[in-house]
Amino acid sequence: MTQRLLLNLRVVRALGMRSVRQTFRRPQLMAPIVVFPTLLLAVQTGGVGAAVNLPGFPPVDSFLQFMLAGGIMQSLMLAGNSGGIAFAVEIETGFTDRLFSSPIPRSTIVLGRLVGTGALGLFASLWFLAIGLAFGVTIAGGVAGALVAIVLSTASALVFGSIGAAIALRTGSASVVQGLFPLVFVVLFLSTAFFPQDLMIEPAKTIAAYNPFSFIVDGIRDPMISGISVTETLEALLAIAGIGLFGLVLSARALRHRVRTG
Amino acid sequence: MPAIVAAGLERAFDEVLAVQGVDLQVKAGEIYGFLGPNGAGKTTTVRMLTTLLLPTGGSATVAGHDVATEAREVRASIGVALQEAALDPLMTGRELIRLQATLQGMPTAEGRRRADELLERVDLVAAADRRVGTYSGGMQRRLDLAAALVHEPRVLFLDEPTTGLDPVSRKTIWEEVRALNDGGTTVFLTTQYLEEADQLADNVAIIDRGRIVAEGTPGSLKAEIGNPHIRLALEEGSIVEAERACAGIGKLLPPVDGNTVLVEVANGAADIPLVVRALDEAGIEVGSLELVHPTLDDVFVAKTGHHLEGEGEETAEEAVEA
Repeated sequence: MTQRLLLNLRVVRALGMRSVRQTFRRPQLMAPIVVFPTLLLAVQTGGVGAAVNLPGFPPVDSFLQFMLAGGIMQSLMLAGNSGGIAFAVEIETGFTDRLFSSPIPRSTIVLGRLVGTGALGLFASLWFLAIGLAFGVTIAGGVAGALVAIVLSTASALVFGSIGAAIALRTGSASVVQGLFPLVFVVLFLSTAFFPQDLMIEPAKTIAAYNPFSFIVDGIRDPMISGISVTETLEALLAIAGIGLFGLVLSARALRHRVRTG
Repeated sequence: MPAIVAAGLERAFDEVLAVQGVDLQVKAGEIYGFLGPNGAGKTTTVRMLTTLLLPTGGSATVAGHDVATEAREVRASIGVALQEAALDPLMTGRELIRLQATLQGMPTAEGRRRADELLERVDLVAAADRRVGTYSGGMQRRLDLAAALVHEPRVLFLDEPTTGLDPVSRKTIWEEVRALNDGGTTVFLTTQYLEEADQLADNVAIIDRGRIVAEGTPGSLKAEIGNPHIRLALEEGSIVEAERACAGIGKLLPPVDGNTVLVEVANGAADIPLVVRALDEAGIEVGSLELVHPTLDDVFVAKTGHHLEGEGEETAEEAVEA
């Protein structure tokens, strides 16, 4: 039993490492995770930085300090989408047949992909924290705060990846998964990723209040702008768990469907 | 114990039966050729036998394990190289084989040793650390084959391993398949190439439109056909007159193209003068004439009424997949 578990963990690690290597070797998968969010962060910070003076804007040292969490969140969601695209490409080209015809639990194939996406989430959070520090941002929660943001980011990428993987498994089509790209931005703009909730107008304000992605982004942002808050962190963890459960159920159903239909 | 047994194996895609009650038995240690045109149901059958697709009817065992209920045991016993080499172009050859070793549960050190050994065996040592995307078609097929062998499987499935390869690469794959079989590995080989089945297979099953239409050794199947045929290459436009002239000499077989007439003759070479005379009297110019002994294509024609090679007809399976 333990031996089998260890073997499965080795498989998940090997597939996860392969997934990360694949992303770094394919620039078109890396661009949405690093380049686009970084550019958007630069444009927004440079263009609307004076927004911090608006009444209702949370107290921050700089607009970049506020926006870092938004950049990270965008990167994490696009990492999930990119992971789904890469998975769908492998279904289309038949690489997953190699995995499915191996004597491993088929769930390890999905988990391997998710671990890879989680690792990219870790990379993305480190990247944006490094940018913030390089441009003078102070992490209010200190090292512990940065660690909380990193852990939440990594976990978020993992669960966002589960949704991408589920859609890839269900459709087997990279173009369908790629088609979800604009949806990422709709979800982001209807959350607190780029704007404080108090400055939004209805109905976006109400949607953002209940959008689970707002809880996650606030959980990542809070340790940066005001220090670690147990409530915000727990809410973020709950939102991650909820989306993760949704993604896992979707993935399990999609996996069953693919095994049944080939 | 047979290496593979299928009984009434079926697979439906919605209303279409792509595989219709396939029965077959593959002895341990043999090369079994599964011959048929595109869309005949070869790949669907292989996908069921390799646990990639659940049958919708019938049953099958591979290496003594049921493909539907003991899929994991089946997968541990088989090696699979599918039609389109299922390779990641961004991985190196060495990475791919090492990953395959991990998937088969081999310890890291053993996986590394086995990867080195296999890369040498398929002559890819020099390219081992290059990305697979830079490999030629033949190199990719050799790598795919090496990956399928990493755990020394008892049964090896090769789905059209030489399709699209140049003759030299094809011969290399054939040699490797023979060597593997000499080592005791059972090989289930699907192909649409007659020569490949004829050269490699101990036993052949011919599948057409989802059904097995003939099974036996290549020699016994050809012996069933019996008579040789004369193949006449004509000038364009004279095919109808030529068929009319030869009709009384032997049985006309379905034409393979617009310039060729095939006449089955009872007396072999002794009937050639009759054919030449008949064509001469009809004033038909012949480009070339050849006496052809029965081939597996003749077996296919006899069983199905059409030729195996050059079939462009879309079948139910292809229509569903499209």
